[in-house]
Amino acid sequence: MKSTRRFFLQVSAGATGSLVLGGGIAQAQRPGRPAGPPILPSAFIQIAPTGMVTLTAKNPEMGQGIKTALPMIIADELDLDWKMVTVVQADLNEAKYGSQSAGGSRSTPNNWDLLRRVGAAGRLMLVTAAAEAWSVPVAELSTELGRVHHKASGRSVGYGELAATAATLPAPDLNKVKLKDPKDYKLIGKSLPIVDLPAMVSGKPIYSIDFKLPGMLYATFEKCPVFNGKAVSANLDEIKALPGIKTAFLVEGNGDVSSLASGVAIVASKWWYANEARKKLKVEWNEGPNATHSTAAYNAKAQELFAQKPAFSIRKDGDPEAALAAAAKTVDAKYTFPFISHAQLEPGNCTAKFENGKLELWAPSQTPGRGLQMASQALGLPPADITVHQLRTGGGFGRRLANDYLVEAAWIAKQLPGTPVKLLWNREDDMRHDFYRPGGYQHMRGGVDAAGKLVAWHDHFVSFGEGDKFVSSSNIAPGEFPAQFVPNFGVEATLIPTGVPTGPLRAPRSNSLAWVIHSFIDELAHAAGKDPVQFRLDLLGEPRVVGKGMEAYNAGRMRAVLESVAERSGWGKRKLPKGRGMGVGFHYSHSGYFAEVAEVSVDAQNRVKVHKVWAVGDVGSQIIHPSSAANQVEGAIIDGLSELMNQEITIAKGRTVQSNYHQHQAVRMKQAPPEIDVHFIKSDNPPTGLGEPPLPPLLPAVSNAIFAACGKRVRTLPLVKEGFRWA
Amino acid sequence: MAIRLNVNGKPVSVDVPANMPLLWVLRDELEQCGTKFGCGAGLCGACTVHQDGVPVRSCVTPVSAVAGKSVTTIEGLSPNANHPLQQAWLEFDVPQCGYCQAGQIMTAAALLEKNPKPTDAEIDAAMDGNLCRCGTYTRIRKAIHRAAELTRAAKTNREE
Repeated sequence: MKSTRRFFLQVSAGATGSLVLGGGIAQAQRPGRPAGPPILPSAFIQIAPTGMVTLTAKNPEMGQGIKTALPMIIADELDLDWKMVTVVQADLNEAKYGSQSAGGSRSTPNNWDLLRRVGAAGRLMLVTAAAEAWSVPVAELSTELGRVHHKASGRSVGYGELAATAATLPAPDLNKVKLKDPKDYKLIGKSLPIVDLPAMVSGKPIYSIDFKLPGMLYATFEKCPVFNGKAVSANLDEIKALPGIKTAFLVEGNGDVSSLASGVAIVASKWWYANEARKKLKVEWNEGPNATHSTAAYNAKAQELFAQKPAFSIRKDGDPEAALAAAAKTVDAKYTFPFISHAQLEPGNCTAKFENGKLELWAPSQTPGRGLQMASQALGLPPADITVHQLRTGGGFGRRLANDYLVEAAWIAKQLPGTPVKLLWNREDDMRHDFYRPGGYQHMRGGVDAAGKLVAWHDHFVSFGEGDKFVSSSNIAPGEFPAQFVPNFGVEATLIPTGVPTGPLRAPRSNSLAWVIHSFIDELAHAAGKDPVQFRLDLLGEPRVVGKGMEAYNAGRMRAVLESVAERSGWGKRKLPKGRGMGVGFHYSHSGYFAEVAEVSVDAQNRVKVHKVWAVGDVGSQIIHPSSAANQVEGAIIDGLSELMNQEITIAKGRTVQSNYHQHQAVRMKQAPPEIDVHFIKSDNPPTGLGEPPLPPLLPAVSNAIFAACGKRVRTLPLVKEGFRWA
Repeated sequence: MAIRLNVNGKPVSVDVPANMPLLWVLRDELEQCGTKFGCGAGLCGACTVHQDGVPVRSCVTPVSAVAGKSVTTIEGLSPNANHPLQQAWLEFDVPQCGYCQAGQIMTAAALLEKNPKPTDAEIDAAMDGNLCRCGTYTRIRKAIHRAAELTRAAKTNREE
């Protein structure tokens, strides 16, 4: 579409005298996105007369480094000097910035193209301004470190001096703007100083929990320990008389725990008073139908269902039953994995202020747009009357894809018009009212032919849901590996109804499925008498793309990471002492290909030490910030170890048994591998995200290494239930 | 009842119940929010501060227990956020979410005070009470070694 509108510059804007670069751009300027209002460079780029540049970070930052990585993309195309850049966090405004969320490792792939175009459009405006001023062709100009240069005449000018003129020029079309050749990137691919890092190490109040407003009160919210139970009555008068307490009231809730659960709100002058008052709180609950649910009952039901025909089919290729009957060797194994909690370190919280019919929220959400909609629905306020500010958050891992803390804070603040309120959960609230990674049960049967080739696969997946409708994050995709790689392949499922809230946890589905699939592939490799890496290479076959659309699987990319990790780890080439073994796993998820090898020892008391992990990933052509990228992989590996060894949420009488970190343990420093080797293969594919794909292969790699070390095959998680513990 | 203590070199007086944990005195009475709330039960170490130089979990330390004592928080660790640990944390890009890191740094600072050249095993033992949910342990360990080096180098320079 032709650009016809003119830029206009908001010269007067801002007490700092900053110039806002950008202005109106023609419609259809949301590259690769559904139609919506145009996205303007001015949303992201402000250039002060001094040449100092402020870049806006659009997406939620929870430790994945996106507040640094996304502005770097703009800065590179704009040819900025990073030392001149200040990054500010955007408020929620998806009309202005495009989608603002952090989940599914989508922040990089969703913004890679858009933000390069924003940077390039800004650069073009500045260069055009210089060309007009000097009466030279744009083609003769170059840019570097925040300046435009005209080589022929030796002239140069800083962006700060050009911004005012630049903003009066015709708008570049984001879809047509010329992008840099990747070989010319100067910032992308460099480990630049991370935004907020100095503030983090000096204790600056940068997190959601730290946010304060004058006159702010603090709230706690006691929910029914049984999911979706209701508060009938409480000793509110007694509570209101306690020190520091301003008010207390029942919240009826709206029947949806992902929005507004029922419970008792206590509001105090300081948070500790509100939390302390809960020790005296007596609530009569109507626990509702979920009170009969328990992990023990789920486990018993799963065994009962394994003995029956599966309820429905998810995929069937060839004839799995006939192929199993005809196979030279078969393996039959049942795998079990538990519910687990996100347990991000900063507990759920949100600050809200309701005044003159308008609601303002300061939230640590991974999906602030959804949060706004949910608050709008729960409170009956028009979306236009709600403002959401995004605050840095102490870990997400998928927990903050939900917005229950946000809606609760909004509801409580609405009862106290004009008074800002910070809702803060304690750790017990956080762990007992999560949207858990669902557990599951998989009865696996597989067969290899006389040549050791995998020819038959059948999975009876007992998961959670009603009929054939899985609860959140409990399903298996019909294309899940090794679908399309085994000629006779079947996945069938039976679902157990549950009242336990479930949701995505870092690498949802993959974080459990990869463990089952690659543990079982390992069993089949051993049955076939094949080396576990070679067996997998044979299974992947020739480098090619298998399947289409959502099921497209690039066997070549996976082979490359698998071969690389085998080489880097010295797979099959090193003589290991007795009691030590190596294991391998790979997994494709969230657009990323990862293969990992673990070297593990197990002693006679089943004490496990992970000596080293090698990880090789392919997430496309560019690693935007190599140090952050490696940090994500290292963290995913350690996160995977926590899930493998210790973490389990159990349910009894409809409530979560575990309450704090002593019962849902994460790896400590001495249990972390002394060495983690991270390597990226840069393939000719657009850059994709890294938060999730490095996690899934870790679990089978370590499980398989345990088998190699001591001959014990792990089929139930966490490992503590199988008698293992950390050395 | 007013309780007097010294926080980051300054005498302060707070009028709060004796059993209010030091964490909440710091965060909500003294507006020093660098010390973090993670578990409320001494399990995660995010709230670690120094009491007369010794690392304590402020979430389970009643303010009455530090009456008349000196408390150092992350805000008071160094005059310009230039403690060797803070420098090393920047050098290795240690944090991800960063929420636990104030506690990690305070525990590590107490370690280096009494053991200027710790081994891996000594670091692991000292840091055992500090959880990093993002899993930055290998970088924390490296950064502690680096900070020890920086401290020794600074000392050598002073002596020369």
